[in-house]
Amino acid sequence: MANEILNLTCKQLRDQIADGTVKSTKAVEAVFAQIEKAEPKIKAFLRTHKEEAMQKAADIDEKIANGDKVGSLAGVPIAVKDNICTSFSKTTCASKILEDFEAPYDAHVIEQLNAADAIIIGKCNLDEFAMGSSTENSGLQQTVNPWDADRVPGGSSGGSAAAVAGRMAFGSLGSDTGGSIRQPASFCGVVGLKPTYGRVSRYGLVAYGSSLDQIGPFTRNVEDAALMMNVIAGHDGRDSTSVTEKDAPVPDYTADIDKPIEGLKIGIVPRFNEGASDEVGKAVKASLDTYKSLGAEIVEIDMPYFDYAVATYYVIATAEASSNLARFDGVHYGHRTADPHDYVEVYSKSRDEAFGDEVKRRIMLGTYALSSGYYDAYYLKASKVRNLIRQDYTKAFEKVDCIMMPVSPTTAFKFGEKTDDPMQMYLADIYTIAANLAGVPGISVPCGFDSQNLPVGLQIFTPAFSEERLLRIARMYEKENDHNIVMPPLAK
Amino acid sequence: MSDLEYKVIVGLEIHVQLATRTKMFCSCELGFGQEPNTSVCPVCLGMPGSLPVMNKQAFEYSVMAGLALNCNIPSFTKWDRKSYYYPDLPKNYQISQYDLPMSEHGYIEIPLEDGSTKKIRILRAHLEEDAGKNTHTLGNFTAVDLNRAGTPLLEIVTEPDLSSGAEVKALAVELQRIVRYLGVSEADMQKGHMRFEPNVNLHITRGGQLYKTPISEVKNLNSFRALEGSVTYEAARQLDEFLETGITMESGNKRTYGWDDENNRTVLQREKEEAHDYRYFPDPDLVPVVMTPEWLDDIRSRLCEMPLAMEKRFVTEYGLSEYDAGVITSEKATADLFDNAVKAGADPKRVCNILTQTGAKLAKDKECSVAELGVNSENLTALAKMIDDGDVGASAAAQVFELMVETGDTPGQVAEKHNLIQKSDASEIESLVDAVLADNAQAVEQVQAGGKKSKKARGFIMGQVMQRSKGQANPKVVNQILAKKLG
Repeated sequence: MANEILNLTCKQLRDQIADGTVKSTKAVEAVFAQIEKAEPKIKAFLRTHKEEAMQKAADIDEKIANGDKVGSLAGVPIAVKDNICTSFSKTTCASKILEDFEAPYDAHVIEQLNAADAIIIGKCNLDEFAMGSSTENSGLQQTVNPWDADRVPGGSSGGSAAAVAGRMAFGSLGSDTGGSIRQPASFCGVVGLKPTYGRVSRYGLVAYGSSLDQIGPFTRNVEDAALMMNVIAGHDGRDSTSVTEKDAPVPDYTADIDKPIEGLKIGIVPRFNEGASDEVGKAVKASLDTYKSLGAEIVEIDMPYFDYAVATYYVIATAEASSNLARFDGVHYGHRTADPHDYVEVYSKSRDEAFGDEVKRRIMLGTYALSSGYYDAYYLKASKVRNLIRQDYTKAFEKVDCIMMPVSPTTAFKFGEKTDDPMQMYLADIYTIAANLAGVPGISVPCGFDSQNLPVGLQIFTPAFSEERLLRIARMYEKENDHNIVMPPLAK
Repeated sequence: MSDLEYKVIVGLEIHVQLATRTKMFCSCELGFGQEPNTSVCPVCLGMPGSLPVMNKQAFEYSVMAGLALNCNIPSFTKWDRKSYYYPDLPKNYQISQYDLPMSEHGYIEIPLEDGSTKKIRILRAHLEEDAGKNTHTLGNFTAVDLNRAGTPLLEIVTEPDLSSGAEVKALAVELQRIVRYLGVSEADMQKGHMRFEPNVNLHITRGGQLYKTPISEVKNLNSFRALEGSVTYEAARQLDEFLETGITMESGNKRTYGWDDENNRTVLQREKEEAHDYRYFPDPDLVPVVMTPEWLDDIRSRLCEMPLAMEKRFVTEYGLSEYDAGVITSEKATADLFDNAVKAGADPKRVCNILTQTGAKLAKDKECSVAELGVNSENLTALAKMIDDGDVGASAAAQVFELMVETGDTPGQVAEKHNLIQKSDASEIESLVDAVLADNAQAVEQVQAGGKKSKKARGFIMGQVMQRSKGQANPKVVNQILAKKLG
């Protein structure tokens, strides 16, 4: 029975809870039984909240039994990345500096999940302050890839991806600043969606790169991603970058999800596949063939400024991070050094003691890029290139409905493989970063396995605020294969 | 030494707290004197995950001020972060405006003592959030109160066009009058609503050569007295210093001073300016503000006549003295009260006298402004007309005004009720006069005899008439009748 429940998708579980076939309490029990079994191996969660989850599930069951109206995710266990503030538990950002931070409020997306009667079962591990591509930078624990214990789950939302892949949650939320949802989704063999910038409120997301950050869902299939989007998308007056309903109405993402896009034109940049490993390239090519067989036309496009995305990203993201993380200083928030000599030491030692290397590296990079005399050469220049990258997408979308490419040049790499060489690590995000600079939505859909049985992801982009189209295109492929049914070894 | 001449050069930075109900980027209420850290929320505390949202009212207030200062209002303006570490700064950056302020290149006209005016150029005015407050009353600890954090401030920067302490004060007074007229700031100095930082130096010519003394920046002044005093003191101090040391301005010898209010002198705070690198960059959490022509027109339509223009109009159109016009326009509500009464037909000087004499005295007793006494312009007009028509005498008018304030009644009602109406009915007064003359034959004789005692006797008779009329006889009419009867 437990396994049967775990194999359900969000939507199936939601429907069965709603019609009384399955109790939410049973689903929560099943999830926690799975957590007991798989979590010691995977370590996706920084904290779980079984008691509260059981209580809430019981309430939902009672409501349903009474015939009361419930939300669209009623009774479904969901996990949340630990850089999203929750009033019921700590929000650590996997950093020693915030190890004991308890936000006095819920993030907008948490309010939305609660309003949809979802059950938040725990907070997931990440790269400290969402900085990284492997979750190896977590200041608190190491999450492993559910497909191979020697390999990273990807990052920075590695915990959220591993929780869903490991069948320990039916869906989860992550945040994506330069690929932090799509890349771990591809490494862990689940669906990961980065919405358009401004589509989902960032209120309550502890900022890394404010102009790039976006919250999005991890799910086992595309339809569930649409279901999650229905809950989290929409205007929030507390985030001034959140787009209004008037400017971009939120459709029902599930309504037409099964309707394929007729006469689909797919843009590809041929040289991008060459940059990926053979096996990744092969899997992506095979998925393009699937689309062709569905009547899609492949159109070669050029994105000349794409090559500058990584460099641009590391100037803009680190500049914003250096400023966003200034509040963690031992005075206002976070760890305070034990015996400071003077007040400057309160700042410098507290920060030195509690920030991890990668966070320090990025703060230093950003501080440098913004400092007087260098601003024009770095930050300003990067902002200009960012506009050119945006134009790359705009021009491409004049010719095609969507753009497809790999998510990552390789499948999940081994622990320690890239930690000594930050540049190698940064280049792991080469295919994902540009979408954050341009603000367009992107999705990672499982598109097969390599010879070591590691998942490969296909990445799809559509224009800003066209998630509905993006999801339909992804769903077209998903219906033709069953990659997402396979259970990873560590979940068993 | 005799060929030495110098000019005082002053530029001002002024922070004006806007009179919005809530803070610049959150909905916490602005306040003064609350318990520490009671008017705070995740946003103004800079909590992880919180985001700022612009207070539209604050922006519109700033635009109003910008327009009143004759500034250009750009159609596009953005927010920047200014970074520095300080315990009273929750995010360790302040949201401000750097290279694209919401208004720039304006001027303020200030009245000078000789009755002329001078234009002081405004470099820019931009919006920013205030920091909190550190207090050092806990021994080894510093306590931080963040109630003030996030308060909207308009920072106005003038060009160095001011040339004396008196001018600096005149600007400050004029600016206070302007923002109060607009209603965009209470501009209460004691509550720190206006804070000034003058930058002072001297341009000295000696032996045909120009010397510039090092610039002193005097921090955080919040009274007109301190402002004027600090500039005057700095000018004298710099001249002495130059004569003694010959020190001139080089890069890096700008100095920061504080003001010692007790000893009326500036006090050196920092000799060497710390090399600040604020690392300004556009705040990615806030969208830029696009000012449409429609929006700007709408804001412009909320402007009122500016105080100096009103003051000049009262002199030229209404014939007030410059002094009276200045007093009347020191506060908008009083100026409006006056203006409305005059527009309704009252004699300007008459209304002015009521307000600046009786009104001002009463307001002082009640510790409020003249306008706050609660007399409306209709009643003011009516009172002025009653005086003109001889219905109330001068001293009775003062009484009537006081009673109007107390009761809220019209001057007619008040005068009636308290028998303050002056009688001008000639026949009635004539019979009174006849009675008095009949009863005081000796005095009549003295008057008619002329000489020393005549004037005194006439006064006595006059007094008797007034007494019998219980003060209600119009003295003018009494005099006319007496003249007729006594010659």
